[in-house]
Amino acid sequence: MDRRTFLQATAATAASAGFAAPALSQGANARTLRFVPQANLANFDPIWGTQYVVRNASVLVWDTLYGLNDKLEPQRQMIEAEEASSDGLTWNFRLREGLRFHDNEPVRARDVVASITRWMARDPMGLMIRAIQEELVAVDDRSFRWVLSKPYPKLIYALGKTNTPICFIMPERIARTDPFQQISEYIGSGPCRFLRNEWVPGARAAFERFAGYQPRQEAANWMTGGKRMMVERVEWHIMPDAATAASALQNGEVDWWENPITDLVPLLRRNRNVQVDIADPLGNIGSFRLNHLHPPFNDVRARRALLMAMNQEDYMRAIVGNDDALWKRLPGYFTPDTPLYTEEGGEILKGPRNLDAAKRLLQESGYSGQPITVLAAQDQAITKAQGDVTADLLRRLGMNLDFVATDWGTVGQRRAMKNPPGQGGWNIFFSWHAGADCTNPAAYNGIRANGDGAWFGWPNIPAVEQKVAEWFDAPSLEEEKRVIGQLNRVALENVVYVPSGFFLGYQAWRRNVSGVVKGPIPFVWGVSKS
Amino acid sequence: MWAYIVRRILATIPVMAVVALFVFSLLYLAPGDPAAVIAGDQATPEDVERIRASLGLDRPYLVRFGEWVWNIARGDLGISIFTNLPVSTMIAQRVEPTLSLCLITLVLAVSVAVPLGVVAAWKQGTLVDRAVMGFAVLGFSVPVFVVGYLLAYVFALELDWFPVQGYTPFSEGVLPWLENLVLPAIALGGVYIALIARITRATMLEVLSQDYIRTARAKGANQRSILFLHALKNAAVPIVTVVGIGMALLIGGAVVTESVFAIPGLGRLTVDAILRRDYPVIQGVVLLFSFVYVLVNLLIDLLYTLFDPRIRY
Repeated sequence: MDRRTFLQATAATAASAGFAAPALSQGANARTLRFVPQANLANFDPIWGTQYVVRNASVLVWDTLYGLNDKLEPQRQMIEAEEASSDGLTWNFRLREGLRFHDNEPVRARDVVASITRWMARDPMGLMIRAIQEELVAVDDRSFRWVLSKPYPKLIYALGKTNTPICFIMPERIARTDPFQQISEYIGSGPCRFLRNEWVPGARAAFERFAGYQPRQEAANWMTGGKRMMVERVEWHIMPDAATAASALQNGEVDWWENPITDLVPLLRRNRNVQVDIADPLGNIGSFRLNHLHPPFNDVRARRALLMAMNQEDYMRAIVGNDDALWKRLPGYFTPDTPLYTEEGGEILKGPRNLDAAKRLLQESGYSGQPITVLAAQDQAITKAQGDVTADLLRRLGMNLDFVATDWGTVGQRRAMKNPPGQGGWNIFFSWHAGADCTNPAAYNGIRANGDGAWFGWPNIPAVEQKVAEWFDAPSLEEEKRVIGQLNRVALENVVYVPSGFFLGYQAWRRNVSGVVKGPIPFVWGVSKS
Repeated sequence: MWAYIVRRILATIPVMAVVALFVFSLLYLAPGDPAAVIAGDQATPEDVERIRASLGLDRPYLVRFGEWVWNIARGDLGISIFTNLPVSTMIAQRVEPTLSLCLITLVLAVSVAVPLGVVAAWKQGTLVDRAVMGFAVLGFSVPVFVVGYLLAYVFALELDWFPVQGYTPFSEGVLPWLENLVLPAIALGGVYIALIARITRATMLEVLSQDYIRTARAKGANQRSILFLHALKNAAVPIVTVVGIGMALLIGGAVVTESVFAIPGLGRLTVDAILRRDYPVIQGVVLLFSFVYVLVNLLIDLLYTLFDPRIRY
């Protein structure tokens, strides 16, 4: 082959390859929803990995026995009917007819039993139920029975809650996987199939409408009702860089962005093809955890000194900027605008801040100038902002600071260490709780104060635990409200942790996308594209 | 020559062994816990402990290192802690975008920087020379991500000539493949162009002052043949060396560029793995990068013989 022939052949190949590119027709484009999630889908086992991003993908693929609606009420989903004995100890459940897994096998009661068993091992409520479980058996293909040794009024709620881990229903052979090992097969029971071959962790995940899915007849409402897919395919495009995601949305390369950062929202609002709105009305509660094991925060006076001195507005503005629609003061621990919200006992977080009184209280606690080890993850905007504000607060209180600016992976490891702060331990670290987790104590591990069993910081406050137990046994909403008021008071008096305020986030989507709703999860069913 | 190549390839084995030991030890000593990341923010300390045990992270250093080395010797890079996918599969998924990006950048950089350097040397002290050197300073000074954002804003958002982000595999067509790579390659190529242009200029200036160039001029050779035939060929060895050294720059820059343009390449895989402490993935990717770097250096050494017949192996 001479040079001329070679060049001609190369050019022809290149040109034909270029023309051979599959063009996405307008119809096909309208049937594919391109979504930018909050984070990378690095694993896909909603029981093994409890990150929210895994849960959000999992709701597409696996269905649940019950779901929560926007009033936070559990509703039947895969369940047709249930019946509890008069003593509340025996529960009989019946599955809906026609439920199928993605391999077209029917969903049987034994699949449900195995799924519940795996979920129970990893879920705080599940563990409570497991402790009082006498029997969980499949009666026939569509029925199963659950027998308890003690009534558990929140049983239905536990099966339908949106907090991780959710009790998803998987085929028995998959659900038999050790809950501390990842599953390797993704046969779902939900409205979409997971396209494993297209999964590139860190870059892309794809889901396809499952034609065999049997939606309920009711209208969809959050995790309940008819989960009808209006698009054939959902693509997740993982974009670590917010500016890139903003540009891609403006350019029409993606359709829906789960969590635009507030700095970029004005830019998105100026684009007439883009719509911006609150993502999750349940928002988030900013928090910083104090180590109750070591001085000075093993003394309640030192902990209260922080509540007395801190200004939640400082924290919230550092997190969300000057958009006042995005934050609220939170003189308590529970999610605002939900049935159990209370400000009982929250006076210490209200009104003008009293730095001098806080300093005196700190002195009374015996604080003698030892360094306060503050772990602040710099790769998470929320923890970084809280860290910076707290560093200033501690300095103004006259405390010596050992500010450890690090990444989230390191905080994750170091916060588990119970050593004294000077020996690898810590005094303060920052986090936040999804508001959906803080509507009641069910999945709210931040509020627990059972010592070694509590979340990092290990508060040991029997009065708090007493109120949590009372809530689990509360038979009515009125009783629940009364107990939660007391819990809020006693938790603030003892400062289980420091709430730094309530904040919301935005979501943004192209105007040719309709059906986007506000909720704790980006619900894809009911969303269509023109 | 062949004996030299075999010797050099064999010499990579101890180099890779040292890299392996270094990477493993560094990750072992580094703070951070993948089990804590997997368990999520709401996990209890007991959950984290159980996950750590299930991943084998509670075993002694020597046991883990020995097992890892044994597996590598058998060509098994391990399983990602997070995705449960083989590391080799994850790397294979990501090689094409990074390779494409580096290739396009390399072609772009060499084809722009070498002529610029030659022209700057030829027009030494003139406005052209100062403009080229000014551009080089700019290329060195402006961070890759700034160039990336500017390019995306102008050419993707405003002019709509190119997509903002993403990657189209070569198998889906050359034009879509190129479309996705033009802006990232320009962004990544800036510093590389600057480096090669400066070296080309400096080397050319030195060569142009040699006696044989004066002889060529005396014999009536035209300017083009003096510059590109007589001078550039003799200046090629240092230029090729810098192109090779610049590969490290390219790999480092790809990490940032892939994030800015959402290209699913090895750079992003590395960053994601580091942030999550996905040890098997970090180890696999670093080993691969080291191996590529060693190979590129070997290739550069071999290229010397093409440009300078006095070099023999």
